[in-house]
Formats: sequence, structure tokens, C-alpha cells
Amino acid sequence: MEDMKEIIRTYVINEYVEDDSEVTFDTPLISGGIVDSFSMVSLKRFLENKYKISIPDDKATPEAFDSVNKICTLVNEFVKE
Amino acid sequence: MAYTEKTRGMYQEILGGLKDAGLFKQERYIHSAQAADIEVEFPVGASLKKVINICANNYLGMSSHPEVVKAAHAGLDSHGYGMSSVRFICGTQDIHKKLEAMVTEFLGTEDTILFPSCMDANAGVFEAILTKDDVMISDRLVHASIIDGIRLCSAMHDTYKHSDMAHLEEKLQLHNDKRLKVVITDGVFSMDGDTAKLDQMADLCEKYDALLFCDESHASGFIGKTGRGTHEKCGVMGRMDIITTTFGKGLGGASGGCVSGRKEIVEMCRQKARPYLFSNTIAPPVVAGVIKVLEILSASTDRRDKLEKNTEFWRKGLIDAGLIIKEGDTPIVPVMLFNAKLAQDVSRDLYDEGIYAIGFFFPVVPQSQARIRTQISAGHEIHHLEKALEAFKKVGKKYDILGKSKQEIIDMYGM
Repeated sequence: MEDMKEIIRTYVINEYVEDDSEVTFDTPLISGGIVDSFSMVSLKRFLENKYKISIPDDKATPEAFDSVNKICTLVNEFVKE
Repeated sequence: MAYTEKTRGMYQEILGGLKDAGLFKQERYIHSAQAADIEVEFPVGASLKKVINICANNYLGMSSHPEVVKAAHAGLDSHGYGMSSVRFICGTQDIHKKLEAMVTEFLGTEDTILFPSCMDANAGVFEAILTKDDVMISDRLVHASIIDGIRLCSAMHDTYKHSDMAHLEEKLQLHNDKRLKVVITDGVFSMDGDTAKLDQMADLCEKYDALLFCDESHASGFIGKTGRGTHEKCGVMGRMDIITTTFGKGLGGASGGCVSGRKEIVEMCRQKARPYLFSNTIAPPVVAGVIKVLEILSASTDRRDKLEKNTEFWRKGLIDAGLIIKEGDTPIVPVMLFNAKLAQDVSRDLYDEGIYAIGFFFPVVPQSQARIRTQISAGHEIHHLEKALEAFKKVGKKYDILGKSKQEIIDMYGM
């Protein structure tokens, strides 16, 4: 779980952060303006490819993607199945 | 009467909020034709002031060119004022087809379709040619009209960091399973004046079997040795799949736009693009004017050559004066001030000195990137630019920003 959190946090920083802003596991990503709704697409595709899962569109909500912790919870929902 | 006092109050509150936040846009009324020298009423009710305009998209000085005005008059006489129809019912004249053929020739593409504006071209093209099985991969700084077009399209959308080719390649790999991939960029980015790396992009598109789209609104007519655009400058004429551009900037300055590119893509737009199907096309006098513009630009590169020289003079003058500008070689030259209030104050003081230039700040540009965006024209003479430089030096001295670094300016005025 910790490994997954760090992988996702690193992806978010590399993909979306263009200054030296800090991103913790609880930093609001969508509501905090770090990830815009357009860019959620690449995050979703990254998760699906990385963890060999398929996240239905109705589960890929801005709320579910709003922090690294929340994303991990979502991913684990499908990894376990 | 559903427009109640409550509704009125709601809108007044929103508008008041814009004013309080310094985001309320106020028009300045110009009483003369668009040119290097204009007469402006600002604020409303003030007596007219003669100023030098360095913020128009009139890159080639065509907006009031006598031959263009004469051609528009002739077009009005021969083909009338309007069409009162969309293209496919009874709104297509011979001059519309002539202009489409001329644009195709000028841009070096296969075919062209006119739109009422480039905003409409960008709003209509993606929906017309893509489905949910496809993906659009756009530069993060593309123009707002492209963003709107993307929003109207059911295809997946992703972005890459501005002009970052490694990131673009990652995205092409990520979406390699899609039916069609379209890479989307501006040719010249309107806020920074930098140019897309179309040569590298064309190579990547070839490698990953993707289509290449470029909005050339701030490039057509003057970028490249013969003014064909960014694709000429980058040596990829003939390799572009879709170009959109406007006739509202370098190519005349009136209105209208187009999609130019692969003939099947253009035909898809003719069959399916909603702004084309449900709106009148460009009015006959404007079509006649743009035809004349293309004739002038195809016969000689004098105007784009003059613009290039003016741009070099202007960029060097600003740097020598100790101002910070965005690097590049296009006639869009942002003078960086970083602080929003400073940008507004400098703009106001420049106006007092007889120079019309506008400050841009968040959310139009990123936080702490406030600037005065200057735009040079072939319609400027050196004396215009010299006077504008003197004004920048005088105002820059007043605010003690000449020769100062970004950090020093931020230390003085804040982000």
C-alpha cells in the first residue's frame, strides 16, 4: 500500500506539478487545482495500465481522484477483485 | 417577465465581484480605422487621444491597407452585402470557392473550408472528425477556442506539458491503443510568442501514427521565409494534417477562419461541422478583401520582411533599455512585469505617454507572470517604435524596473 502511494504521488508530481509545490498523500488534487478535469484522463489511464485494472467512468469521479490516499482506496477496490 | 429583481441582483453581484477582483474588462473606443496611429476615447466621454497602437493583431498592417479596402468595396458592389443563407443551402458564391482554393495553395495543403471565424473552426473540427474511440493530445497552453472545441468532442482528451516533446511522446505511447490520435498545438502561442516545435512533432506523429493539428492564427502571413506559417519555418509543409487559421489577424484583420488540410478531413467538416452547417459563412466584401490580401502576400514578401525587421528592432530596443522580455523571434513580445498591479499601472502610464498597450495578468496568464503584451506590425514605422521605446524607458524609470532582474522586481512589487 505504501509503495502504491509513493508511486502515485511521484506520478502526480512528475505529471502535473511544474513548480516546487509539495504534494502529500492528503493534498487535494482536483479541488486544489493541481489536476484539472481534462488531465484526470491520463491519471486514470496510468492507473489502469500500471495495476492492470479497469476503472469504470462512473467510479472515476473528481471526488475519488482528489488525493493520493483516495486514489489508492479506489485502485485497491479493483485490484482485489 | 421572468427577469425578476432577484435575478437582476444576482447578475449585478457577479459583475460587482469581477470589478472587485480587478477582472472587469472595459472597452476603449477607437474612432479611427485600425492602424499604427489611432484615435481613442478612453475613458468613455474623454476627448479623443492620438496614440500609437502596439497591441493589435494587425501584424502585416492589412486592416486598413488601401488595396484591401478597395477590393472589399468592389466585392460589396459585385457580390452584395450578405448571403442570408448557410453555405449548403444557397450561401456559396464563386468567391468563397476561389478563396478556399487560394488558402489551400498558400498553406500548401490539400483542401480548405471556410468558417465564420477560427473560433468556429476550432469549435467544429474535432467533433466532426473524431469519435469516442479516439484521443486528442494537446499542449497545455493551446488557445481557449481549441479547449472549447475539445470539450464539444466525445473523444478522450489528454494534455502534455508546454512544448515538452518527451512528455508528448509518453502520451503518444500511453494512448497508442486508440483508433486515431490527434496531437494539437498552436503554431505561435499568443501569450508568450514562442513557436511550436512542429518538426519534432511531425516526426513523433509519424512514429506513432498520429495526426498533427496546428492553429496558425498568430502565424499565417508572416512566420516562415514566405509567410506561410510555422510549418514553413519548421520545414514541415506538406506534412501537416490539419491547420486552422484566422483572417482576423495577419490575413486582413476583418473576420473569418478556416480548416485546411487533408481533403477527406476537410470534407468531413463540410458534412458534419456544426458551426459550418448552422451559421452563415464569411460575408462577400470580407471574402473579396482576404483574396486581395493573399494576392499581395503571394506576390511579395516585403510586408513580412518589414515585420521581421521591426520585430528585431523592437526586441533589441527593449532588451537594451533593461526590460525583461520573453525570448523568441515572433512579433508577439511580452514585457514581463510579474505583478498584476504593476502591469496595470505601467499600461495606464504608457497610455498617458501616447502608447496603447495592455497589461495581462492572472487568470489570462499564470500567477506572477503579469506582463504587457506588445505586438509589432509591418504598419509600424521606425519612428513609431522609437517613440514607444522612449515611453517604455520613461515609465520603466518611474517604477525603477530598468536593468532589474525578475527577483528584484518581485521583491519590490510582490508576485
